Amino acid sequence: MSSRCNLRFLIPGLALLLGGVPSVLAVWPQPQQIRNSAERYSLSARAFLFKHADVSAVRSGCDVLDQAFTRYFTLIFPESGGGGTGGAHNRYFWTEADPFTVEVNVAEGPCDGYPAEGSIENYKLTVSPGQAVLTSVTVWGALRGLESLSQLVEQDDYGAYYINKTEIEDFPRFQFRGLLLDTSRHYLPLQAILKTLDAMAYSKLNVFHWHIVDDPSFPYQSRKYPDLSKKGAYHPFTHIYTQTDVRRVIEHARLRGIRVLAEFDSPGHTQSWGNGQPSLLTPCYRGDVPSGTYGPVNPILDSTYVFMANLLKEVTSVFPDSYIHLGGDEVDFSCWKSNPDIKAFMKKMGFGSDFTKLESFYMQNIVNISTMLNRSSVVWQDVFDYHEIIPKDTVLEIWKGLPEEYQKELSRITKAGHRVLLSAPWYINHISYGQDWRNSYTVQPQNFSGTEEQKKLVIGGEVCMWGEYVDATNLSPRLWPRACAAAERLWSDEVQTSSVDQAFPRLTDFRCRLLRRGIQAEPLYVGHCKNEYQGI
Amino acid sequence: MAAMGALLKFGALLLAAVAACVAWEDGDVWDYDGHKLKDSDFLALWPLPQKVQSSAVSFQLSASRFQFTHAEGSSAGSDCSILQNAFRRYFDYIFGFTKKDRDQRRRNAAGSEVLELQVAITSPDAECDGFPSLTSDESYELSVDQPSAVLKAPKVWGALRGLETFSQLVYEDAYGARNINKTGVSDFPRFAHRGVLLDSSRHYLPLKVILANLEAMAMNKYNVFHWHISDDQSFPYVSRMFPDLSQKGSYHPYTHVYTPADVKMVIEFARMRGIRVIAEFDTPGHTQSWGFGQKDLLTPCYTGSSPSGTYGPVNPILNTTYDFMAGFFKEISTVFPDAYVHLGGDEVDFSCWKSNPDIQKFMDQQGFGKDYSKLESFYIQRLLDIVSSTDKGYMVWQEVFDNGVKLKSDALIHVWIWYQGGGYKAELARVTAAGYTALVSAPWYLNIMSYGQDWQTYYKEDIQDFNGTDAQKKLVIGGEACLWGEYVDASNLTPRLWPRASAVAERLWSDQGVRDISDAYVRLVQHRCRMVERGIPAEPLFTGYCRHEYSGV
Repeated sequence: MSSRCNLRFLIPGLALLLGGVPSVLAVWPQPQQIRNSAERYSLSARAFLFKHADVSAVRSGCDVLDQAFTRYFTLIFPESGGGGTGGAHNRYFWTEADPFTVEVNVAEGPCDGYPAEGSIENYKLTVSPGQAVLTSVTVWGALRGLESLSQLVEQDDYGAYYINKTEIEDFPRFQFRGLLLDTSRHYLPLQAILKTLDAMAYSKLNVFHWHIVDDPSFPYQSRKYPDLSKKGAYHPFTHIYTQTDVRRVIEHARLRGIRVLAEFDSPGHTQSWGNGQPSLLTPCYRGDVPSGTYGPVNPILDSTYVFMANLLKEVTSVFPDSYIHLGGDEVDFSCWKSNPDIKAFMKKMGFGSDFTKLESFYMQNIVNISTMLNRSSVVWQDVFDYHEIIPKDTVLEIWKGLPEEYQKELSRITKAGHRVLLSAPWYINHISYGQDWRNSYTVQPQNFSGTEEQKKLVIGGEVCMWGEYVDATNLSPRLWPRACAAAERLWSDEVQTSSVDQAFPRLTDFRCRLLRRGIQAEPLYVGHCKNEYQGI
Repeated sequence: MAAMGALLKFGALLLAAVAACVAWEDGDVWDYDGHKLKDSDFLALWPLPQKVQSSAVSFQLSASRFQFTHAEGSSAGSDCSILQNAFRRYFDYIFGFTKKDRDQRRRNAAGSEVLELQVAITSPDAECDGFPSLTSDESYELSVDQPSAVLKAPKVWGALRGLETFSQLVYEDAYGARNINKTGVSDFPRFAHRGVLLDSSRHYLPLKVILANLEAMAMNKYNVFHWHISDDQSFPYVSRMFPDLSQKGSYHPYTHVYTPADVKMVIEFARMRGIRVIAEFDTPGHTQSWGFGQKDLLTPCYTGSSPSGTYGPVNPILNTTYDFMAGFFKEISTVFPDAYVHLGGDEVDFSCWKSNPDIQKFMDQQGFGKDYSKLESFYIQRLLDIVSSTDKGYMVWQEVFDNGVKLKSDALIHVWIWYQGGGYKAELARVTAAGYTALVSAPWYLNIMSYGQDWQTYYKEDIQDFNGTDAQKKLVIGGEACLWGEYVDASNLTPRLWPRASAVAERLWSDQGVRDISDAYVRLVQHRCRMVERGIPAEPLFTGYCRHEYSGV
């Protein structure tokens, strides 16, 4: 969000102009400004080159771009097998092919860093005879531009590749465009996560919110507390994420300009933690005796905070992002209420019988730990709802309610000066018959009563795919292309993309493109793709 | 955030072998102390057989020694390709991940190993080279003991069902070794027609997807693949006689069609699994795609007094229409060996017929007045006569019955409408009261999905629970789970169908008294993991895990 937003009013005319050439309009999400013409240039895998501009701050050896060039070459020429060796017909005719160069000009390094809060993703792309020029401030912007470029390439009836004369000037509407996967309710094999990251990059989503642990299982293999996964995972060897796995996810994401936001949700949603960390959870009582069951994290013991500090210290050393998600949602107070030690503590602290105060007490301690570790905390809205006084730089994530409810919450939280993420309308694990992507698409994240300043505090949103009914068997078709609707809402200009019906043919096209790229994306409605999904 | 129920870890339950000796009769399981056991203390058989007797005595199975054999006196032998193929298939399922024994040292003393499954086909004609039919005998008896287990069935079709059950009885112990308990099974299906409908017109389904789902159907003892092969959107069936139908009416004439070889492969693949293939060529509505390759077949619609350029249902007033249908269905009757063909007949939109002056004239001539359902009946009647002349029986959607078309007594009425006419049970009462045989899909439109465990709704249905005599109820010969294709293609078909269709499978196979949803849940969770292990991406029922997760991402 920034003053650049005023550009949006220049666009509608442009969009109209393009109505007649639907195939070249299929850049998803819709760029802020795009101008293209019917003039087209043919492309040959044998005469296609990415190069760094002479004035670019980034040169060969920049792994983010080097690898992106390889990746996008294959995405642009899927039949080429990737290594630049074209098909037989290309080889035969290659001397006649006009060379085409994509010149990439990045203003600032570095390229060995991580995408972060505030990373500038703007880019400019000009496609003209024989060349495309892509300029951006950062490598992350260059990645977004390469994605758009790859989507501009089409194949004609003879299978020949071409690109239209195009000018794009683009930037995201929101800096935080996330997707949540839940690896606790069902374990997701690494491959499923990596595939999801690929598809996120295709939709210009830039934050992978990894809801890595929860009640049912604890698959994160901790260095400091190996018992957590050893005793808390579904299986201590086959259903865990080793440190190597986690590094691989982070690196795979980094190379695609995606941040990894880890969530270690507490004090509720922690049943699986208790298996490997004795006395972490609150013993519940029936009458005067422990019932043998456990409730949320025990907030009255010093040992709890020592453990949490150690764990979060490890987590911040493993996950480089400046944000950490601390959860804080859906705490069931019944167990705390049953426990005599907790009751004594409540009394001592003067909390009366208001257990939200105890929850706030706990969360405050946890947020402080994260602050000491130099991290911004993200928590679910419950934390704000319980206790409005929380550190100012805490980000609240709204997950509850229908529009009128979450709009009120948006007003309240931003009025209190907090940054906010919107997820409530994008719980796409909730499936229904038909085209429910349309509901995701028509969300207006800044449509609530508040000042301009308040609206700027909406830093983005997240698509959530909770795992009750989802595992590797059905994750991809449930996510894609349904998540693409939110991706466009979070990237594109709202006025330009206000029509669901206009989005439909573009998304249908984009879905076929995803299939072609090996993403198991389900159909929007009847029809076909040239290249159907080849698995089962 | 996601609300969580009880923490469920199925691993502990997964194939936890029988702790006590149990005997199971007609739906209840008791241990020797007279405690009623849940079926979940038992093995995860799905669909649950009619009768199972099991004991705690367990035997091992060795991948290097175990054999399927033809019993002495069996009417099927090594020239029975259905069984030979099934032996290989079930060997793979049973020994799956490891083809060699995990730990030879653990082998128990002699006498505690099942060395073979003897398969005995007891009737003189095993039907090895035949096709399954509506009257095929699918019953079987299985007795697991050492050193030989015996599977007896009158026909190969029952043997296939018994092999599936045998494979489901095998479990992996903590050392990865295969075990099976001493068990007796006596089994037969409750309904003769247990189908799955796939729609290859709204979206083309690659051959591989159809075959994989036939495989999954066999795991659930389904026996009919209802192939809704054409519809408005595309005509992928390559006709020898009318090649233009797919050439011009499919999504793509080469990549999105089923060639004669493809169709043959589907039929043979299905036959090997005891599954009938019933093709549906739906007319007179749902035929937009036919019009591209068959001139004058569809009715030209009019705006005022001139043709609008659009087309409606099949044109019922031209002789050329019936000549075409005669030729076309003659071909279909030779390509699809099943005794039944599905003729559709649903959802005919009359507005185009109403707009057309020639049709109006014809209506007057015939004295139909303004009743276009009479015109529809006129068409269907002639079509049925054509199809009857090919010696095929037919299935039709319920509208054909509702509109009072005269039907052959062996016609199958496919009941699908749940939202009017008093619901599908009222329709069943009407259809069976008229003496017709009925097939039910109304509660099992699996394409219409919702959040959560909708399989439970499918499971609870009882399609014989309607107002009627016992004789009427016997006329309900089964049902079909339908997965219409508006929102489904290769990318999401399999996980959307399984294990939701498994719920319907048990309802159609098992005894009417098998209704305990929590027991079904525990078994179905394991059954879905078994499907996953066998390579079918069946989606989860709820939170939890499988020992071997789906690896096809």
